[in-house]
Amino acid sequence: MTLERRSFLTLFGAGAGAATLGMAGCASQPGSGGGRKVVVVGGGYGGTIAAKYIRMMDKSIEVTLIERNDHFVSCPFSNLVLGGMMPDLSKLTIKYDKLAANHGIKVVQAEVTGVDAAAHTVTTSKGVFAYDRLVLSPGIEFRTDEIKGFDENVTPHAWKAGPQTLLLKKQLEAMKPGENVIISIPVAPFRCPPGPYERASMIAMFLKEHKPGSKVIVLDGNPDIVSKKGLFLKGWKKHYDGIVDYRPAKKVTEVVPGAVLVEGIEEVKGAVINVIPPQKAGHIAHVAGVVGPDKKWCPVNPMTFESTIHKDIHVIGDSSIAGAMPKSGYSANSEAKVCATNIVALMNGNEITELSAINTCYSYLSRKEAVSVTGVYRVNKEKHVIEPVPGSVGVSPDLSETEAVYAESWLRNILTEMST
Amino acid sequence: MQMNKWSGLALAAGALALSASVHAAPPTAAMLSNACAGCHGTHGGSAGPSMPSLASQSKTAIVEAMKKFKSGERPSTVMGRLAKGYTDADFAAMGEFFSKQKFHPTTQMVDAAKAKKGASLQEANCSRCHLDEGKDGKDDTPVMASQWLPYLQMQMGLYQSGARKMPEKMAEKVKPLSKEELDALIHFYASQK
Repeated sequence: MTLERRSFLTLFGAGAGAATLGMAGCASQPGSGGGRKVVVVGGGYGGTIAAKYIRMMDKSIEVTLIERNDHFVSCPFSNLVLGGMMPDLSKLTIKYDKLAANHGIKVVQAEVTGVDAAAHTVTTSKGVFAYDRLVLSPGIEFRTDEIKGFDENVTPHAWKAGPQTLLLKKQLEAMKPGENVIISIPVAPFRCPPGPYERASMIAMFLKEHKPGSKVIVLDGNPDIVSKKGLFLKGWKKHYDGIVDYRPAKKVTEVVPGAVLVEGIEEVKGAVINVIPPQKAGHIAHVAGVVGPDKKWCPVNPMTFESTIHKDIHVIGDSSIAGAMPKSGYSANSEAKVCATNIVALMNGNEITELSAINTCYSYLSRKEAVSVTGVYRVNKEKHVIEPVPGSVGVSPDLSETEAVYAESWLRNILTEMST
Repeated sequence: MQMNKWSGLALAAGALALSASVHAAPPTAAMLSNACAGCHGTHGGSAGPSMPSLASQSKTAIVEAMKKFKSGERPSTVMGRLAKGYTDADFAAMGEFFSKQKFHPTTQMVDAAKAKKGASLQEANCSRCHLDEGKDGKDDTPVMASQWLPYLQMQMGLYQSGARKMPEKMAEKVKPLSKEELDALIHFYASQK
């Protein structure tokens, strides 16, 4: 404990840069004994789990989790706040103290400003951290340059849960009955494929209960509903007929006062405008130089999640290109465990293990009904990509009250796993 | 120029990554089972009231449950679909993994009077299979102790509607019991740590 604290403190001292560099160089020999270090950046669905499982599997590896906030707010279930099913974000918020104490993870609240892949260092607002292996789980960043006039303070995206969720909720509450809401959905891939359609359902529920005569106009940049299509259409017809106005192949390119423009031409007016901009890997992935030639997402080895661009940097969660696995919270959780397992193997000079991963994701259609999508994933060794196991990918046969009950437990379990 | 240098690097790293992964071992029991923990809790200790704890379950009980989910014999929501992603050998590995995990006690609000009544009912009716107050999972008998009330209630509901089939020996014991007696049994098992 004392030893850990001391080495931790040296990172902050004057002239620590040289010392840490030396340490990194020395410690990067696999199996060289003590002082082996993993730095994890991002305390969300992926990062917390990667940090925890590395420590559970090998206590001799020091793990530092760097996160800019002192808490994390879950995006999954944040649509329920908009629908009025959750009064606030408290059930979606976790802290890091128990995780840190239970597993001996050093949690540092700091902003990452640089990653030096060659020197194996991460520069932050609280000093320089050396690593043998770095795990990046930075979520998403928005390609706001593709939406002219976008200002998140005026037309919130609410696609990172927190103040943005509450701002959109406030706008919904303030609108007059009979006025319309617009949701603009970006072209896939984006974080949480069924999320925008769940949001349409939750906002429609709110309008039905509180704003008679109001509609939610869904402008989808995609040619069709991206996920759970049949179930959303069924739910909208059952509960929100005439309230959800779904319009496919309507790519929003500009925000003007009180309206959006589709492809720069067709104006659609709304009192509340929720623009979910197109997305790319989180900012830190760009800083670290692990974003691929598409300039959006990070190519990785499908077994270890090690970047194919920079050695010893692993990218998990929404930022990574994980083959057929969707950009979901559960995917990030599952990817983190695979990544942790193989980081521990690599750092001990052991053989890595093939990926076996799961996605399970619920969406609410009404107060009492939810639907799910599932998948079990393995690596196709010939194609070297993550693929679903045939038969395991599927959606609920119908809207289900039982699934809404299970969904709540999903949230309880996954947030508990991340925070303890 | 910049692009060329960059893609050269990517290629080199890609080749390296490719060669490393060729030597990967098939998924271990831990690799298979850790993926379940998002819903069933770390090492199978559930914090979600409608999800069962898998920690310390009997291996056979888990294997049997997964096979029945896969065939559709046992009703489910997501489990039937997920089970199709695994082989019998995978089920055995997962069963082995979870059977070795430490028992997961839960703290939940139970009705003490019901639990007391349930204790004698369990002793008289269930204790020959559900050993040690439901703490010991033997053969295909699952660990009942400390499972969440909502989970136990949901499963008993499925048994009673006929959607989930009871083993013959269980049916013999359960059928004569009243709704109140079954409720008492559930409170007893939930209270056990």
